[in-house]
Formats: sequence, C-alpha cells, structure tokens
Amino acid sequence: MFKRLILTGLCLALVLGLFSPNRPQAAQDKKEIKIGFVYISPVGNAGWSYAHDLARQALDKQPGISTYYMESVPEGADAERVILNMARRGYDIICTTSFGYMDPTIKVARQFPKTVFLHCSGYKTAANVSNYFGRVYQARYLTGMVAGSMTKKNEIGYVAAFPIPEVIRGINAFTLGVRAVNPNAKVRVVWTKTWYDPAKEKDAALSLMDVGVDMVTQHQDSPGVQEAAQDRKVYSIGYNTDMSAFAPDVQLTAAIWNWTPFYLDVVDKVRAGTWEAGSFWPGLETGIVDIAPYGKMVPQQVRDSVDARRQEIATGKFVVFGGPVKDQSGKLRIAAGETPDDKELLSMDWFVEGVVGKPE
Amino acid sequence: MEVEKTFIELLLPYILALAPALAAAVSTGTPILFATLGELVTERGGVLNLGVEGMMMVGSLAAFVICYHTGSPWFGLLCGGAAAMAMSALHGLVCMVFQGSQVVSGLALTIFGVGVANYLGTPYIQQKAEGFTTFSIPLLSSIPLLGRVFFQQDAMVYLSYLLPFLLWFLLRRTRFGLALRASGENPEAVRAAGISPFKMRWASILLGGFLVGLGGAYLALAFMRMWADNLVAGRGWIAVALVIFAFWRPGRAVLGVYLFAGVTAYLFRVQALGVPIPSSIMAMLPYVMTLLVLFVSSLRGKGSGAPADLGNNFKVGD
Repeated sequence: MFKRLILTGLCLALVLGLFSPNRPQAAQDKKEIKIGFVYISPVGNAGWSYAHDLARQALDKQPGISTYYMESVPEGADAERVILNMARRGYDIICTTSFGYMDPTIKVARQFPKTVFLHCSGYKTAANVSNYFGRVYQARYLTGMVAGSMTKKNEIGYVAAFPIPEVIRGINAFTLGVRAVNPNAKVRVVWTKTWYDPAKEKDAALSLMDVGVDMVTQHQDSPGVQEAAQDRKVYSIGYNTDMSAFAPDVQLTAAIWNWTPFYLDVVDKVRAGTWEAGSFWPGLETGIVDIAPYGKMVPQQVRDSVDARRQEIATGKFVVFGGPVKDQSGKLRIAAGETPDDKELLSMDWFVEGVVGKPE
Repeated sequence: MEVEKTFIELLLPYILALAPALAAAVSTGTPILFATLGELVTERGGVLNLGVEGMMMVGSLAAFVICYHTGSPWFGLLCGGAAAMAMSALHGLVCMVFQGSQVVSGLALTIFGVGVANYLGTPYIQQKAEGFTTFSIPLLSSIPLLGRVFFQQDAMVYLSYLLPFLLWFLLRRTRFGLALRASGENPEAVRAAGISPFKMRWASILLGGFLVGLGGAYLALAFMRMWADNLVAGRGWIAVALVIFAFWRPGRAVLGVYLFAGVTAYLFRVQALGVPIPSSIMAMLPYVMTLLVLFVSSLRGKGSGAPADLGNNFKVGD
C-alpha cells in the first residue's frame, strides 16, 4: 500500500520536475504561438485536409509559430479525445476542420477557456470558439463558367457527396456559372454518399460518362473522379486543391482553398490579444477561395471573361445568387434584383434550373 | 399508340444504360468476387474468418507497394495474395493452435488489418502505380454487346472468370476438395478416413487468404492504380455476406457478386439520367435486393448449405 503511494508520489514529482523547467522558458518567449490541427482524412496530395495542411506548412515556416496535426481522426468520441489532448498539451489555437467535430470542440472549449478554438464548416460558436468557412461557391461559379464554355455536348457531370446545403449550394453556383455562358447546358448530378471512397467516386464519374457527359467535376476529397477523367480523356474540374497531378491532360481548373491568410490573421490577433470569437465566411475578396491555374487547353478568351467575372465578384459588383434565379420546376426562387441572405444560402435545399437530379 | 411510343422513348435511355452498367459491374465486382470466393473456400473447410476486410486492406497495400517499387503488377499481385495469406495464417494460429474464438479472432484481424494498412500506407497515399491496364480479347470482344462488357477488361478480370470453374473443380472433382469439404462438415469422419482435418483446415485458411488478398490487390492495381486510405471501404464485409447469399457454392457466388455490383452500378447510371427517385432509396436497393433474393431462395431451398461444423474448433492430435 505505502509502496504504491510512494511510487505515485515519486512519479508525480518526476512529472512536475520535468515540466517546471519548461514553464519559465515559455514565459520568456511570449510570442511563440502553438497551433494544432485536427483532420478528418489523411493529408495525402490532394483534397480538403491537404488544403488545410498546405496552410499549416506555410504557418510552420513563419517565425514564432509551431504547428502540429492529427490526421484521419473520426468524428465523435475519438475527436473529443484528440482535441482534449491538444488542449491539455497547451496549444494556443486548435483548429478542427470537419463538420462533425463541432460538438466535441464546443465541449472541450468549455474546459479550456484560455485556448482559442476554430471550428470549420459548422454553425456553433462560444466565447472562445469561432466558426469559419469560405464562400467556395464563388469559385465554383467561376469553374462553372469555364466548364460551360468548354463543353461540346452541353452535358456536364457532377459527382456529389451528400445532399446537404453546402454541397447543393456548390452544385447550384456551378450550374449558374455554366448557364451564364451556355444557357443550353445541363449539369447531371450523381450522389455517392461518401466524402472519401476513391473507388466508388471513380465509378460514379464513369457512370456519368456512360450516359454521355463530356466533362466532370466533384465534391469529395479523393482524386477518384479525376482518375476516371484522365482514364477516359474527359475534361475535368477539381475541388479543394489543384488536382492536375491526377488529371494532367484533362483538368481545366479547380475550385480551391487557400487557408493561409485566414490562419495567419487569427495567429496575429491571438498574439496581440485582440482576437474575438465570431462567425467568419469570407470569399474571393480575401483569397481564401480561388480557382487553380487554367489547363493549357483553356482558350485565352475564356480565361479573360472568367478573370473579369472573378474581379467583379471580389469587388462585390456581381453576386453569384443574384436574382432572377429559377428552380428546376421553373419557379422563380430569387426575384430579379434580389440577393438571398446568408441564412438562405446556408439552408439551401433546392436545385436551380439546369440541374438534372434530385437534391435528396 | 402515340402514348406507347413516348413511353418506350422514355424508357430507352434506361435500357441503353444497362450495357455500360454491366461492364462496370464486372470491374467493380471483381475485387468482391475474389474475396467472396476466398472466404467461401475457408468456410468450406470449417473455419469462419471475419477478417476479410482487414486482409483485403493488407493485401491491397502489399500489392501496391511492391508494384510501386518494382514496376511489376504481377509480382505485386502475388505479394498481395501472400500478405493476406500471412494474415490468415495469424487467424489459423489463434483458432487452430491456441483454440481461440473464430469470431473474435476474425474481428481482431479486421481491426488490425485496416489499422496497420492505413498506418504503413501513409507515405503512399495518392501515389500512382502502373498496375493492370485493360485490353480486348480478339474475337470474343467483337461479340455484340456482351463482348464489350466481358472482354474489354484487364488481366485480373479474365483471371476471375476462370477462378469459379477452378474452385468448382477443386472442391467437387478432387480428393483434396472432398477432404476439405468434409473437414467443414465432419472433421471426425475425415480423421477416420486417415486424413488430418487439421491440415485440411490449414489449407482452406491459407488458400482462402491468398484469394482474399488478390481481391484487395485488384482494387489498388487494376481499378484505381493508386493507393488511398481505407481503399477497401467495407467491400470485405459485403464478401462475407455474399458467401451466405451464395449458399457456399462458387457458381452462386458469381451470381451474387455480379447482381450486387450490377445493381449498384446501374443505379449510378440511372441517377445520372435524372430518374426522379431520392438517392437514399436507391443507395438502399442493392442491399434490399440481396436480402430479398436470400429470403426467397431460403424459402425454396432445403437449408442454407452452411458447412455443419463451421466455426467450431477441435483439439489437435486426439
């Protein structure tokens, strides 16, 4: 009994002893900011988590910032454990980058009021928890313009993940872009009900090609769709990051994320002590979303008109979902001259005219 | 008459989508076919191995890594089979030598296999390898419709056409096959005949494991020609279920696999055509159909055909 007590005491002393010399050091170097990331999928060479990790790598190169990440963390109990561990280890900022991390993040944040938590793609906030996302639908619109200009059969395939507002909004923005330059084109949607199943997503893309589309785009994190496009030499549009490595002959462009400026801004504010929690949904104007460099097959004339529209969106002269917008049945959903507010965009559950498929 | 014509016109694209769906069913079904036949052999020998998912993952990774470094898909394929065979040997060790529970050991094998393949595969994520490419078989590929479906595939698919016949011959027409099946039905009888059921079960575990590994290898080397985290994504479990669906017979396994993969592939194409049915209902259909077929055939047949001694351990040497 006593032996065990003594042993525990010794261990405690050891642990404290190990930790105490570090404390003053950390206090001396006040500017060192430690930032941790939690990813849903493996980082790899493309996709959602890879986009965040590009920003993490950029942060790591900055003086006074050290970074850390955990990949392939399932949503739910595992996520809570990982987030809790990061908080215990004294990270100043913890970024949780998947929708399902929302509740675990809020829960852990309650126990660590001095730690800054950033949750991506959700809707809950707290005194020390911000939620953030980007208006990637603006980039989708631009890629839609490229697609609409380049399709010959006027049939474009969209390999979609899950029928939720985020994905539906992307399909709608893409279709509006397509139809802005090519009113006859249709966008065919196939749902895979996956975020990351390369084989299934590849087959979904092949199925769209089988029914006659001459171009495909995707929402999932794997390059499966790009693989299919490269195999069949069908034009493609990537998502998350430039996927031209997987479809070098066929990728026209991609709707991409650039999280670096956003994260740098948070780090600066935390360091200065001016950070405040809130909801952030920036767009093209901040560079958080953009389109990847054009493939060599995209003609100059198309590039020029897309670049011009890109400028108009960034400066607020053009609004993607500005009316008139009709739904699939031809009913006017957004009247001419109107623009839907963010609440409407965040709960979008209908398809615009020109989409073939069901939003459920 | 006018209405009828437009009705057929409406249906025409859905009928036209059948042929490409069948072609896709062959290529997406092949990994499941290898795994189903592998598990079928193992279970015929009397051993239940729920580790198919994990074994496929390990086989898939081993095949990819070897092919990636050596550039030889065939050598990769062989190594994929061998790696899964090593995994199944682990299962054999637990169940046959240490008398552990087959269910628990199999589940552990799945958890271990998926975990270890994802971990060791991290540096290879989204890397590409040469792998198998499709080629048409002369003459056969010029058969209208079916030629394009079955004979414009890759070498592993052609291999998968032969496999059910080989297995049928092995199980039904050889002494080895008889002893293997008998070990699954009544190991005591096998022992009485002077054959070691212990050895026969080991043979079924290792052969089955090898075939399961080929299924994993197909995903990485032929379908994707790329490594990805969690590449198998539940296909191993479908294989386990399809063995039951097949009533432990290779011929029915082929039918089950192509039915399942065919319905999945066809529904994707129907969705692409814009059929007004919610995608959730359609995602459910392959499973509902499998259940229905299982239900109907179990009403008509006599018993399921499960090996009588499936899942039971026996003491060695007594």
